[in-house]
Amino acid sequence: MTGRVQLAVIGAGPAGMAAAVEAANCGASVVLIDEQPAPGGQIYRAITSAARPGKAILGDDYENGAKLTDTLAASTVDHWTATTVWQVTPEREIYMTRDGASHRITADAIVIANGATERPMPFPGWTLPGVMTAGAGQILLKTAGLVPQAGLVLAGSGPLLFLIAAQYLRAGGAIEALVETTPRSNYRTALRHLPGALRTPGYLRKGLGLLAELRKHKVRHVKTATRLQAVGDGRLQALRFSRAGRQHEIACTTLMLHIGVVPNVQITRALNLPHDWDALQRCWRPRRDADGATELDGIFLAGDGAGIGGAVVAELEGRIAGLASARALGTLETGKAEARLAAERSRLAQEMAPRPFLDALYAPSPEFLAPPDDTIVCRCEEVTAGQIRSYVGLGCIGPNQTKSFGRSGMGPCQGRLCGLTVSEIIASETARPMAEVGYYRIRPPIKPVTLGELAALHDDQAAAADRSLENAS
Amino acid sequence: MPSASTFARLPDGPAEDITILFNGEAVRARSGDTVAAALIAAGHRITRTTPVSGTGRGPYCMMGACFECLVEIDGEPNRQGCMVQVRDGMRIDAMSGARKLAEGNP
Ligand SMILES: Cc1cc2nc3c(=O)[nH]c(=O)nc-3n(C[C@H](O)[C@H](O)[C@H](O)COP(=O)(O)OP(=O)(O)OC[C@H]3O[C@@H](n4cnc5c(N)ncnc54)[C@H](O)[C@@H]3O)c2cc1C
Ligand code: FES
Repeated sequence: MTGRVQLAVIGAGPAGMAAAVEAANCGASVVLIDEQPAPGGQIYRAITSAARPGKAILGDDYENGAKLTDTLAASTVDHWTATTVWQVTPEREIYMTRDGASHRITADAIVIANGATERPMPFPGWTLPGVMTAGAGQILLKTAGLVPQAGLVLAGSGPLLFLIAAQYLRAGGAIEALVETTPRSNYRTALRHLPGALRTPGYLRKGLGLLAELRKHKVRHVKTATRLQAVGDGRLQALRFSRAGRQHEIACTTLMLHIGVVPNVQITRALNLPHDWDALQRCWRPRRDADGATELDGIFLAGDGAGIGGAVVAELEGRIAGLASARALGTLETGKAEARLAAERSRLAQEMAPRPFLDALYAPSPEFLAPPDDTIVCRCEEVTAGQIRSYVGLGCIGPNQTKSFGRSGMGPCQGRLCGLTVSEIIASETARPMAEVGYYRIRPPIKPVTLGELAALHDDQAAAADRSLENAS
Repeated sequence: MPSASTFARLPDGPAEDITILFNGEAVRARSGDTVAAALIAAGHRITRTTPVSGTGRGPYCMMGACFECLVEIDGEPNRQGCMVQVRDGMRIDAMSGARKLAEGNP
């Protein structure tokens, strides 16, 4: 490994793989960095593993990922697996950990393609052992072949919830119930966007197909559930909810939650890039232009980390950022770049057509954005929604101030699981827009680094190593 | 204590071929599993207790975001169980109470 590369791509999901391959095919030297043991990102996790479940269980969309991993394998891209990036600087230095040692490289251009995380779905009891995200369930299926045999309830909203349910049914799993929290009013709002969605009808067809699978297996499907509560003595024993004014309880030992995904903004926040509030997707988006370029010279963004569009959109955005960075590096002629970028952009517009419909239909219910007082919102430091509201009552007006009142956001997850919620609560309590309330200030390292890992910093420039050790102490 | 696992492996996948230790107890696992997946497969749903109130927690996101899966691995505390792959003979212990978190966090 050398200390300097032309392009470094962070994240080997569809966006990162596409960006890396495009730029490498233009002649750039490319390093692709990902903390997973194999390429694929979230959607195509374990796609190159011989032990993974087959197409009959995971479906065609998943299987498509093999095309990307094949082109990656055939390219000159240098793929660093099991490598976690913990700092990126505006000067395009990347600090990362691999095998218990730190490494630093400097790149002439960087594409950040670090994907999304599941939107936190806080309600009373969501911290009980046995409660996990639907994505976690899917990771257990893809990487370990694990299928729930009893006591599983799925709750929340959005296409991924139906997808995992269908995947489990095909794998012979058992589902006690799917408890949907999509508010009734969402259907009305979404209807307005239906004509746009019909321009690319594949998404709708797939969604209806998944629902048909649930019906065929006679899965109990509860709709418009509210006031969720997970209960149990030390571990999950049941899900309670209200529906049409009546209380219900379903016994369960595993509860999988999902209300959509949101960009993972740790790196872009730590870089101090500007972020805009997306009122429809209810999340922050790091600002970038049509080529994925940010206001920092040579730093590009692609995929769900920059705004939620799904796997096909991520791949197209990756290609665009790969081409744009190759042009910036001078390995792709400007005229040629323009023609290819224009073609990718028009495909992108087509793929984005169903988004407003999906975003409106699966907009998270307000009860999970600003949950009831007795809900733990900061899982690390065990700070409740009620406590956040009481800090507001004492004059706290921003998320960074809550840290000094009660440590929310100061645990090891650095606010990944409470950042959106804390800001939403402050915004609703103070009747101010999210853009004004803002978000936690994120400081590097964005993943914990031990002194041992820092001490073993591999670098071709000794001075830089000394500097980072000084900073760490 | 584990309860009987409510998860089963797909029948046509590879067999559980290695043994790890969780709190001193032998747990069968499959090469390629993460620590968190192997523990869930074996019915261990509580993998740490919190520093603030001492209540039990278990893996939540399985993708490195939530830090609920923090365990001690071969004597090293605060490792993310969902990001580390199992090795035969690996010693895993639940983290309990106050964490001595790795340097670097505010
Ligand atoms: C748990 C989960 C499951 C999902 N399942 C599906 C699905 O089945 N079908 C579907 O259509 N969509 C799914 N999605 C939506 C998904 O966001 C998109 O489909 C698609 O994967 C986005 O592609 P991407 O390349 O932008 O990001 P991703 O595919 O998320 O890839 C990002 C990559 O960056 C890596 N990374 C992140 N931070 C770092 C770091 N600091 N250092 C090193 N590497 C890092 C990650 O390991 C990951 O491999 C899922 C999302 C999540 C969160
Ligand atoms: S389970 Fe969330 S970080 Fe490991």
